[in-house]
Amino acid sequence: MKANVWAGRNRLEIQDVPDPRILNARDAIVRVTSTAICGSDLHLVDGYIPTVKKGDVLGHEFMGEVVELGPGVRNLHIGDRVVVPFPIACGACFACQDGLYSLCENSNPNAGMAEKLMGHAPAGIFGYSHMLGGFPGGQAEYVRVPFADVGPIKIEDDLPDEKVLFLSDIFPTGFMGAEMCDIKPGQTIAIWGAGPVGQFAAASAFLLGADRVIVIDRFPYRLRRVQRTGAEVLNYEEVDVLEALRDMTGGRGPDACIDAVGMEAHHPTPAMYAYDRAKQATRMETERPYVLREAIMACRNGGVVSVIGVYGGFVDKFPMGTVMNRSLTIRTGQCHVQRYTEPLLQRIRAGEIDPSFVISHRMPLSKAPHAFELFKNKQDECNKVVLIP
Amino acid sequence: MMTDRLARALGWTSLALGAAQLAAPRAVTRLCGLDDAPGATTVARLVGARELLHAALLLGARNPAPWAWTRIAGDAMDLTVLGRAAAGRTGARRARALAALGAVAGITALDAACARQGTAKAKGPLQVRATITVNKRREEVYRFWRELENLPTFMVHLDAVRTIDQRRSRWKAKGPIAALEWEAEIIDERAGDLIAWQSVPGTGIATAGLVGFTDGPGGRGTVVDVSLEYGTPGRKLAAAVARMFGEHPEQQLRDDLRRFKQVMETGEVVRSEASPEGHRALRQLRQRPAQPTAQPTGGRA
Repeated sequence: MKANVWAGRNRLEIQDVPDPRILNARDAIVRVTSTAICGSDLHLVDGYIPTVKKGDVLGHEFMGEVVELGPGVRNLHIGDRVVVPFPIACGACFACQDGLYSLCENSNPNAGMAEKLMGHAPAGIFGYSHMLGGFPGGQAEYVRVPFADVGPIKIEDDLPDEKVLFLSDIFPTGFMGAEMCDIKPGQTIAIWGAGPVGQFAAASAFLLGADRVIVIDRFPYRLRRVQRTGAEVLNYEEVDVLEALRDMTGGRGPDACIDAVGMEAHHPTPAMYAYDRAKQATRMETERPYVLREAIMACRNGGVVSVIGVYGGFVDKFPMGTVMNRSLTIRTGQCHVQRYTEPLLQRIRAGEIDPSFVISHRMPLSKAPHAFELFKNKQDECNKVVLIP
Repeated sequence: MMTDRLARALGWTSLALGAAQLAAPRAVTRLCGLDDAPGATTVARLVGARELLHAALLLGARNPAPWAWTRIAGDAMDLTVLGRAAAGRTGARRARALAALGAVAGITALDAACARQGTAKAKGPLQVRATITVNKRREEVYRFWRELENLPTFMVHLDAVRTIDQRRSRWKAKGPIAALEWEAEIIDERAGDLIAWQSVPGTGIATAGLVGFTDGPGGRGTVVDVSLEYGTPGRKLAAAVARMFGEHPEQQLRDDLRRFKQVMETGEVVRSEASPEGHRALRQLRQRPAQPTAQPTGGRA
């Protein structure tokens, strides 16, 4: 089968690889009908996530049709249409039973590796480094899905792929980002990053009752897109974000701040950017945490900083004094997707939201390397690419 | 413990001596009565650098005592130099050289005691311990473990365990060269609480183990706590096996327990394409790419 394979930093190749096989009793093989490129894939492509190997199949947002089942899967049938959550979760451990699916204690066969870097190991994730399990991803014609009786959600009506595909990651991720803010009526939420996750976070903040949402980015086309959700926007290359947010919130600051950017953020001041860029390039730190720093500085006293942007390792110049002295709450996490698929599918069915609004490009899987170029370099107003195998 | 503390103290002494010799070589040579020798300050600096090396080894090592042997080598050198200096000199210089000789001899005795105890400790049995929480009832967890023939499903270096009777069992493991076999005997057992076993002397390798089962707090499953000990002949073997699988015995035990948890909670060892055989320890380091593999895996469990 064909798959999009990591061939080194900034090198992707479409390669012929063997078809996946059932390895565990609760596996399913899914023929991928739609898959997408996620912003967090860029961290892999740029080589900032440790333990990625040449030959790894990328992709963690996908859906398709069940074509083969292990003997342990009773709730799915051949031919079922499923959306597959990106974290792999067993459903039986303490974390899963607590709803913390991205922290599943059994789904990461390389937990020992992750432990060395992180202290304790998170769950396995499709196509997202060996430290997170070494599972091939979904930018391929077929994928093996472990614990297929727990994660995948069946789509039984005629909702098209494009409306439900993003239940695999970015819609629940954006939603969880907003949910972690504990939004109450009348509140103002600031979101850094107007990419697809930021757009979903903005839409979700309104769904959860936010009064105002302010989104910060530098690309006018992304800001225009997020305005469709009803959000106000700030271009950080044109205004001083801290000052602007203070002005817009009566001097108090946003009630909650969402970091939907993560480790490869940009900064408008060349000197500031150069500092972290140089440290990151020489691998002295893994992150460029401007957004995290700015979100902490901007947040109102006693507010919440919700981190859904991906971080890989170690952060420099972290304003802990601000966090402590101003009673800020920091909430974080890879999305516990399995917790959200069913309720969000209901919202899609009810017409409360149509997630396909983020799509800007559709291409065959064979064009994946080109699609990554467009997405990475923000060419052709690229917002979200759906790949069809 | 005491030995390690003594070794650290010797490390600090080395650091102080080394720093003094590098910073003030003249003062040091005068104190030892060697200041009249040509090139004395250069030698003092070299010896100072050597002392810093001792310091780095003794203060940096996790298990410092055996490194005291490097200090003994240094002491031998110093004693030779000081002895010759004392023999070839008279008056105040001779007195100072003899005093230095006495001091070094005293330190040498300390070094020797530390190094010998350190080496003796390193030859003792190898002990490893690990613990994990399994989200199942204690009786169930205990019962699975007590069925010793289940052990190879999650202990990757075991090939097979065959029970002979209630207490005795025959164990087979992959060795670095040939397969290893030994007989084990359950020496203590409290249903639902603990199982202790040891190998029957003369049947292969010397090993003993203890697994305890307790209720997790707040009804959170069962805490499984395992200690293993390998005797002197077993120790070398354990180290060789560990090397073969690319891991420290402690890491190996932790990984075994993680697989045990997987088997108890999910029914089998979880595999990914990067480690399709259910992650042998060596694969932790040298994994295949995360893409489907063509060849059959031949794994078990």
